[in-house]
Amino acid sequence: MTRALILLLVLLVPQVQAAIDTYEFSTPDRQERFSVLTDELRCPKCQNQNIADSNAPIANDLRREIYRMLEEGMSDDQIVDFLVDRYGDFVLYKPRFSAKTLVLWGGPVLFLLMGLVVLFGLLRKNRQAQITVRSSDKASAGANSPAAPLESLSDDEQQRLKQLLGEK
Amino acid sequence: MKRFKLFIPLIIFVVIAGFLYKGLFLEKDILPSALLNKPFPEFSLPTVKDPTRKVSRQDLLGEVSLVNVWATWCPSCRVEHPYLVELARKEGIKIYGVDYKDEREQALRWLKQLHDPYVFSIEDADGRLGIDLGVYGAPETYLVDSKGVIRYKHVGVVDERLWHNTLKPLVEQLRKEEG
Repeated sequence: MTRALILLLVLLVPQVQAAIDTYEFSTPDRQERFSVLTDELRCPKCQNQNIADSNAPIANDLRREIYRMLEEGMSDDQIVDFLVDRYGDFVLYKPRFSAKTLVLWGGPVLFLLMGLVVLFGLLRKNRQAQITVRSSDKASAGANSPAAPLESLSDDEQQRLKQLLGEK
Repeated sequence: MKRFKLFIPLIIFVVIAGFLYKGLFLEKDILPSALLNKPFPEFSLPTVKDPTRKVSRQDLLGEVSLVNVWATWCPSCRVEHPYLVELARKEGIKIYGVDYKDEREQALRWLKQLHDPYVFSIEDADGRLGIDLGVYGAPETYLVDSKGVIRYKHVGVVDERLWHNTLKPLVEQLRKEEG
């Protein structure tokens, strides 16, 4: 456990440092926000890295811009808006809720609902089947009535059975 | 009806597989511009050839034009350069350059050796205008109408095919709209 924790720390620390060592912030709060922002925003060029980790020139420029905006006293929302205005929703690892991203956000919920509907449908069917099996068990255990097994058949099936028997 | 129900999972599978298959072949290097149909950003920067001359957004207005982001460190820019020279000479369209994060000396040598297709090249040494434009790599080319609104963005090399299939029809349409 401790070994795993140490390994985790060793792996995490250099990354955090890489992003902040070049800039000097006037307050620790800004430094903290800088690392959060560069962590959450995606580099437009390299595409699978965030702005903090990327070595692309554009990521470097964007780090500088984010630093400048933080020192100018802009809010996190203003900074994110600044980047979305220029690079689109793409820079957000966590896309905003809008008409364009509706499927993205709603999709999983929709699939969950569909799954639940199917699950409940199956459960209900299963339970009904068990009930009919039990009632037919009771019936056959009590009196050896020939009509009892008929109960476990649906209306259609009973009709069909009667038809078949009648035809014989 | 019961039969149909059996096929629902298959239909869902086909739809999802279709989306994923399409996603595989999307050109994922190319982002749509967030600045489409928005005004070209304001700037005030020197030109490459004359550092004392400041140009601004005003200087791009008046007619449909191309704004081409280039740099001497960018190999694809060298590939497209001869075609830009040809475009400027033959097609009667103004091309403005944005010399993106470049060294002035090298840029001047480049323009001298390879010919200069640009009305002028804006010197964007620190890439600030590039950020306002949403540039994430060079070359990029923007089609700007006479009022300074960005109408199209192309990431990558401008070549004959792009000009004839995409840019030229758009330019002609814009010119017609503007009378």
